[in-house]
Amino acid sequence: MALDSKIPEGPIADKWTNYKNHIDLVNPANKRNIDVIVVGTGLAGGSAAATLAELGYNVKAFCFQDSPRRAHSIAAQGGINAAKNYQGDGDSTYRLFYDTVKGGDYRSREANVYRLAEVSANIIDQCVAQGVPFAREYGGLLDNRSFGGVLVSRTFYAAGQTGQQLLLGAYSAMNRQIGRGKIKMYNRHEMLDVVKVDGKARGIITRNLITGEIERHSAHAVVLGTGGYGNVFFLSTNAMGSNVTAGWKAHKRGAYFANPCYTQIHPTCIPVSGDHQSKLTLMSESLRNDGRIWVPKHMKDVEAIKAGTLKPKDLAEADRDYYLERRYPAFGNLVPRDVASRAAKERCDAGYGVNATGEAVFLDFASAIQRYGKEQAHVKGLDENNADLVKKLGQDVVKNKYGNLFQMYEKIVDQDPYETPMMIYPAVHYTMGGVWVDYNLMTTVPGLYCIGEANFSDHGANRLGASALMQGLADGYFVLPYTIGDYLSDDIRTGPIATDSKEFEDAEKEVRERLEFFVNNNGSHSVDHFHKKLGKIMWNKVGMSRNIKGLTEAISEIKALREEFWKEVKVPGTNEEYNEELAKAGRVADFLELGELFAKDALNREESCGGHFREDSVELDGEQKGEAKRDDENFAYVSAWEYKGEPSDAVLHKEELEFKDIELKQRSYK
Amino acid sequence: MNLTLKIWRQKNASDKGKMVDYKVDDISPDMSFLEMLDVLNEQLINKDDAPIAFDHDCREGICGMCSLYINGEAHGPDRGVTTCQLHMRMFNDGDTIYIEPFRASAFPVVKDLIVDRSSFDRIQHAGGFISVNTSGNTIDANAIPIEKHDADTAFEAATCIGCGACVASCKNSSAMLFVGAKVSQFALLPQGKVEATDRVLNMVKQMDEEGFGNCTNTGACEVECPKGISLENIARMNREYLKASLKG
Amino acid sequence: MSGILNSSIGRKVAMALSAFFLMIFLLQHFAINILSVFSPDTFNEVSHFMGTFWVIQYVLQPVLIFGVVFHFVMGFILELKNTKSRQVSYAKNNGGANSSWMSRNMIWSGLAILAFIGLHFYDFWFPEINTKFIVGDMSGLIDPNTADSGFRYFEELQHKFHSHVRTIIYVIAFIFLALHLLHGFNSAFQSVGANNKYTKGLQGFGKVYAILIPLGFIFIAVFHHLKHVLS
Repeated sequence: MALDSKIPEGPIADKWTNYKNHIDLVNPANKRNIDVIVVGTGLAGGSAAATLAELGYNVKAFCFQDSPRRAHSIAAQGGINAAKNYQGDGDSTYRLFYDTVKGGDYRSREANVYRLAEVSANIIDQCVAQGVPFAREYGGLLDNRSFGGVLVSRTFYAAGQTGQQLLLGAYSAMNRQIGRGKIKMYNRHEMLDVVKVDGKARGIITRNLITGEIERHSAHAVVLGTGGYGNVFFLSTNAMGSNVTAGWKAHKRGAYFANPCYTQIHPTCIPVSGDHQSKLTLMSESLRNDGRIWVPKHMKDVEAIKAGTLKPKDLAEADRDYYLERRYPAFGNLVPRDVASRAAKERCDAGYGVNATGEAVFLDFASAIQRYGKEQAHVKGLDENNADLVKKLGQDVVKNKYGNLFQMYEKIVDQDPYETPMMIYPAVHYTMGGVWVDYNLMTTVPGLYCIGEANFSDHGANRLGASALMQGLADGYFVLPYTIGDYLSDDIRTGPIATDSKEFEDAEKEVRERLEFFVNNNGSHSVDHFHKKLGKIMWNKVGMSRNIKGLTEAISEIKALREEFWKEVKVPGTNEEYNEELAKAGRVADFLELGELFAKDALNREESCGGHFREDSVELDGEQKGEAKRDDENFAYVSAWEYKGEPSDAVLHKEELEFKDIELKQRSYK
Repeated sequence: MNLTLKIWRQKNASDKGKMVDYKVDDISPDMSFLEMLDVLNEQLINKDDAPIAFDHDCREGICGMCSLYINGEAHGPDRGVTTCQLHMRMFNDGDTIYIEPFRASAFPVVKDLIVDRSSFDRIQHAGGFISVNTSGNTIDANAIPIEKHDADTAFEAATCIGCGACVASCKNSSAMLFVGAKVSQFALLPQGKVEATDRVLNMVKQMDEEGFGNCTNTGACEVECPKGISLENIARMNREYLKASLKG
Repeated sequence: MSGILNSSIGRKVAMALSAFFLMIFLLQHFAINILSVFSPDTFNEVSHFMGTFWVIQYVLQPVLIFGVVFHFVMGFILELKNTKSRQVSYAKNNGGANSSWMSRNMIWSGLAILAFIGLHFYDFWFPEINTKFIVGDMSGLIDPNTADSGFRYFEELQHKFHSHVRTIIYVIAFIFLALHLLHGFNSAFQSVGANNKYTKGLQGFGKVYAILIPLGFIFIAVFHHLKHVLS
């Protein structure tokens, strides 16, 4: 099947308006006869469910958590971008569009990104009307901060809990519809398959995680807002339950999976402390505004620090290597996430990592504390040469800006970051890849939609800070509710979809067989055993920097691990009860397939772009020597993979990306 | 370190349940409390025993999924943290640790340490929202200036993660801190004032119907709340409720 | 408005309002009693006024009794409902980590006070009612037939505190009263929604009130007891 992205004709600024003017609508009386299933209740799924219900559709919403409010969007810290230009600093829809395409290293679809920038301002209006308590200035108007290497201040925020506040906003909109009976909410339900009838998505099979009951749910369309698949690495900043199962089942039912290898590895996370570690904790990128990143220059100092005989703060300035400032004098510590992460890995691979595992670099606030302290002393007319006073004043300023992050760090690491530099290391954070969708956010399966992080569309090969929240809400509040109407207008006479058809029966049977297999397998290793192994392969060979040899090995190792998993996995208990191991087994089984496709996609893409860095595609000389080298001539396309059984048999379809409104350039941070 | 754990085991909602003793060895002080339970579960699975069921998801203190009553306190002995942020360095080698589910009639046990907190959701369905549709045509976000102090106080109330530690810690299993936080968030914002009367009456009515107890102002909720939600929010809800009752 | 007493918040506000009334009563009761230490005559005069003025006897006294009964009955109802809200209790509960003993044991300090009120009624109120309304002696004199025999109130008061046991019981009861007030005073303000910038100051005042008033009552009881023992 050839890919049709269905981008409307016309100049980019008019596409969305023209599109909305010409789509088919469903009249309110008919909406009452149409059912829509929404899987996932994060920013994308939650906002979509609420909006569809407001419009009059009958919505069934599903989440695996005990309440929709717990979806992992809640953990986003920094903020949400919107082209409001409240600061009068020259922001505009075009500029947000441009920054997002450039930040994505020119691997996203122009028309989608422009639409995203266009509706971004509406999101802020909507959220404020819902009572989201964004940060404000003393004048009572909304405050903005700047974020992730762009030239304007367009990020709206609510302290370090923006994701939480926005999600609670979407949750409250859902609550209103649940109270009205327009959304039927299914908590603690996990979707285990998509059901297609006559080629169209017409329902899903779910498992009630409390009772183990397998249920059939039908609808005229199915929307997946099920988040990213970063947990394929086992250790990531994702929630423990975040998984790819919904997207992967859709893939197996005919939805193409796009750019699986585009993963964002976030530079400022708390390092792994040991094998017991179950997940990684992110600290906001904003720390890099004031923290300086370094490792010792000399190996003897590295060893002394590891041995505890040298305190990092006692190492002389001349013996420190501020490697980001050295390599990227123009941007210094504020280079984009992918660049900062790779630079940390480079130093640690060379042996300069500063903790026991050798995978940590310092993030040092001492000079910021000095600078702020002196400034405060000056402002208050106090003695600028009194070292203790300056330190105290400086610490107060830093505490005001980052207090909650410092406290979080101290709780986890048990070191006081005001006194000794923080240790950080990159961690898997976000996946730009996902289910392929067209301009309507519909997958290659008619009637099956995919929104938010679960789809691939807006961030190209690298996502800018504060853009994930924007995309989730844009899709759910303002894009999908229009585009799905165009599709559903053909369904006004269809009537309710029966769940006793052969298609539902077959899908349910498959789901049951798989669950029964797990509980009867009696293998020798727990699910986590395999998940951790998969994570190690992914991190070591398909992680921050990739090469042909590693990727080829990863593909065969994952395949072998998958075979072992199906033989040796051990799931205690039964299907007819709350059984977390059983739920995990299904998720890891899907990760074991996705992981291979992920590596295959990375092997196919013989260029470095955004979060995908290939060691064989670097600049060989000149000022940019050693930096990532993109290949626009051969790889300016979206890789959309079609399922054909084994991941190794997946067929590649290319959606060529056209850049009519933006000129392709190399990203330079020197 | 080596620890003795006394853990509540209950097969399902209708099972009677009991405390069971377990031993775990070689626990690192750098582990989080849930990672310590992961270790125990791995042991249990390898011995063909049923692993302990407990709720958890984000493991960074924001989703509100993890619960656990540890040594007689919600989220354990540390302050300002959820169970997933509680680290084993808070305990000593040889300690005996009691681990129980959050207890309240309105939070029935589902299995082991997992409880059903959907009563919280139902309270929110009754009025935890502002009735505004997603038209994209709402007024400009800056059309209504809001005093910074009010916006900040509303935000602080809104940081509640809905974990239920307030109910679990309260000797009366009262949900007033949870409900007070939501009522306060909207009562402090001009957008929320329009529906203030119905909101507080409906939410309190639902809260009472769910079988939560009455507040006797012991203040335990505020101390145990991982997000430090203030008792002021309960006072504000009381005012709002009185105002609404007299009006309506 | 109807049904407000069926709601959790309505009930707690009602508890608070009756508490305010009782706390004011307590203050007034103390103010009169302390006169017995400094000026038996003034004490007698004020007592006679209180005991015979119709507004006090037929309006305020019933209101007071209603207030006391309401406060107790509502306290029990709430306690029962609260106990029902947690049917399985914790194997280990560390209440001391997050709340004061007083706040967790209002029902027990309350019951102790209730028992004391029983004794107090037996000591003073029932004889008083008997004298005034059954016997019909409204004179307030020691000997109603002798006009210059003087008021009986101070005499009766002194007489009651001759007993060691009674004095000790009174002292213990006042300690419970202090414990009850140490939580109750500020709790009442919180219940009616008063939590603002004055709260800190009010909390300090509440502590002073909760300790000084019962201490004053203890002083009065011990004073009269010692006066008898030493004389």
